[in-house]
Amino acid sequence: MYYSKTIFELGRKGRKGYSLPNEDYGQYELPTHLQRTESLDLPEVSELEAVRHYTNVSFKNFGIEKGFYPLGSCTMKYNPKINQDMSAIEGFHIHPYQSVKASQGLLELYYETQRILSELSGLDEFTLNPYAGAHGELIGLMIMKKYHQDRNDHKRTKVIVPDSAHGTNPASASVAGFESVEVKSNFDGTVNVEDLKKVLGDDIAGIMMTNPNTLGIFEKDICEIAKLVHDAGGLLYYDGANLNPLLGQVRPGDMGFDIMHINVHKTFSTPHGGGGPGAGPVGVKKYLSEYLPVPRVKKVEDQYTLELDNDTTIGQISHFYGNIGVIVKTYSFLLSVGKEYFKDISKFSTLNANYIKESLKEYYELPIKGICKHEFVFDGLKDKSTHVTTLDVAKRLLDYDVHPPTIYFPLIFKESLMIEPVESESKQTIDNFIEIMKKVALEAKETPELVKNAPYTTVVKRLDEAEAARNPKVKYKDIQHD
Amino acid sequence: MSKVVDGLYYAATHEWVRVEGDYAFIGITDYAQDSLGEIVFVELPEVDDQLDKGEEFSTIESVKAASDILAPLTGTVVLINDELEDSPELINEDPYENWIVKVEMEDKSELNALLSASEYEESIE
Repeated sequence: MYYSKTIFELGRKGRKGYSLPNEDYGQYELPTHLQRTESLDLPEVSELEAVRHYTNVSFKNFGIEKGFYPLGSCTMKYNPKINQDMSAIEGFHIHPYQSVKASQGLLELYYETQRILSELSGLDEFTLNPYAGAHGELIGLMIMKKYHQDRNDHKRTKVIVPDSAHGTNPASASVAGFESVEVKSNFDGTVNVEDLKKVLGDDIAGIMMTNPNTLGIFEKDICEIAKLVHDAGGLLYYDGANLNPLLGQVRPGDMGFDIMHINVHKTFSTPHGGGGPGAGPVGVKKYLSEYLPVPRVKKVEDQYTLELDNDTTIGQISHFYGNIGVIVKTYSFLLSVGKEYFKDISKFSTLNANYIKESLKEYYELPIKGICKHEFVFDGLKDKSTHVTTLDVAKRLLDYDVHPPTIYFPLIFKESLMIEPVESESKQTIDNFIEIMKKVALEAKETPELVKNAPYTTVVKRLDEAEAARNPKVKYKDIQHD
Repeated sequence: MSKVVDGLYYAATHEWVRVEGDYAFIGITDYAQDSLGEIVFVELPEVDDQLDKGEEFSTIESVKAASDILAPLTGTVVLINDELEDSPELINEDPYENWIVKVEMEDKSELNALLSASEYEESIE
């Protein structure tokens, strides 16, 4: 049944779900001028009503803990419960002004996390302060900007962004005060080197790239691209969104990247989505480390220190340390996987993607043949004669309790369906998904109307997306109080 | 099969141009609206804005994506189709009737670089 109540519709006036120990402290009245004249409009429910309400609401959710979630470009991996336990350790819940001497444990964790990220990425120094991937991008570009400015090179006002890049890249470039210049990609989404050469010049501050790219293809010309950009005086920024299939195999720093961010909610299993809290650590090569934001965690002899300011930094970009809890979860994942096993993450995420791709290519249009990395893109159904679209397929998957893959991105294809299975799924789960996808393809051929009107089993049926965007209803409904 | 109307000029990026004297009406093609899917918002330029050939002058948002609309020629905006503000779906309903802007052309010879109906039809096959 569709549970559609808000907590304000529950309970009765005067009902309480709490009791305060007023006996212990006595009764105190606030001075009249500080008292409210109207009561707060708060829900008045019992504890049981509150618990039932949120349990019911949670059933409406779909998450990795409920079912398979092959959302391309998002790396929806399982968040091991040990991360949660570690971040709940009381010693990490410190006051931001707690002394450095009394925060040594947390500072050590920060320092060690920075060190491990450096080792994995090939970038020499890290800051863990940024709040999210896109925030990391902005900070990376601010570092790029300051680097050029400090060399009195003021004409570098443009950043190159390939057309297959993530949408946040040109947005971050714009916020950082750069103009973005697009380079066309080849048919497989890789950067067209000849096109790149045309835009390189002394007005280019750098290039933002994802490798493997949005189509899951490894950028084979990366060393040549790095050389071209560096020779033109630009820097290379690595968007860490697709880091998963590279772990333990090859490092962005070794490919020639100067700056990068890591989406810890993708690669290192901190919770994903829901608006945060997140973190997007930024790493740089040694020669850029003086620009990293403050406060910076350092180690002096056997003591961990917090550098609050210096003359070269781009400044402070977050409150205090950033999101501590997220970094604790990251560190927990890094240690529980262990150095020698990171290559298994990249191996299995790549194997799973290729297994699905090869198993389904007779049923769905595969525009880019050959081996992919951790994700790949179908261009809709192979048989389009019944006009069943990617949107219809996605909606039908809901009836089989699968979260649909990413649809209509990247924009390079008309009917993009982007699948990323990650490493945490078993062969049974993946085989089951393949069977479901085959079944939907068959339904599309034999009973197209069935697919076009899906879903049937969800709490809400096919939504009118156009109407929702044209006339959004942002208010749930008027609630009558008794 | 997407509809292509005779007598219009077309850009490879799926905009059409209808010429009336020194003025040109600009819209997007049937193929473009069909690829975009249901349109939910059209961002219009303002009267007197300058259009530069090949540069973005409007953004159309559909349920699938937001797409830049590129100017097929250079000119100055003299009229905008403000009906699209409240009813963006008009472009889905009839893309050739519902133009986006009317511009005063700066250089009519730019029309020579655009495609004819048959050339455009061939390009989208």
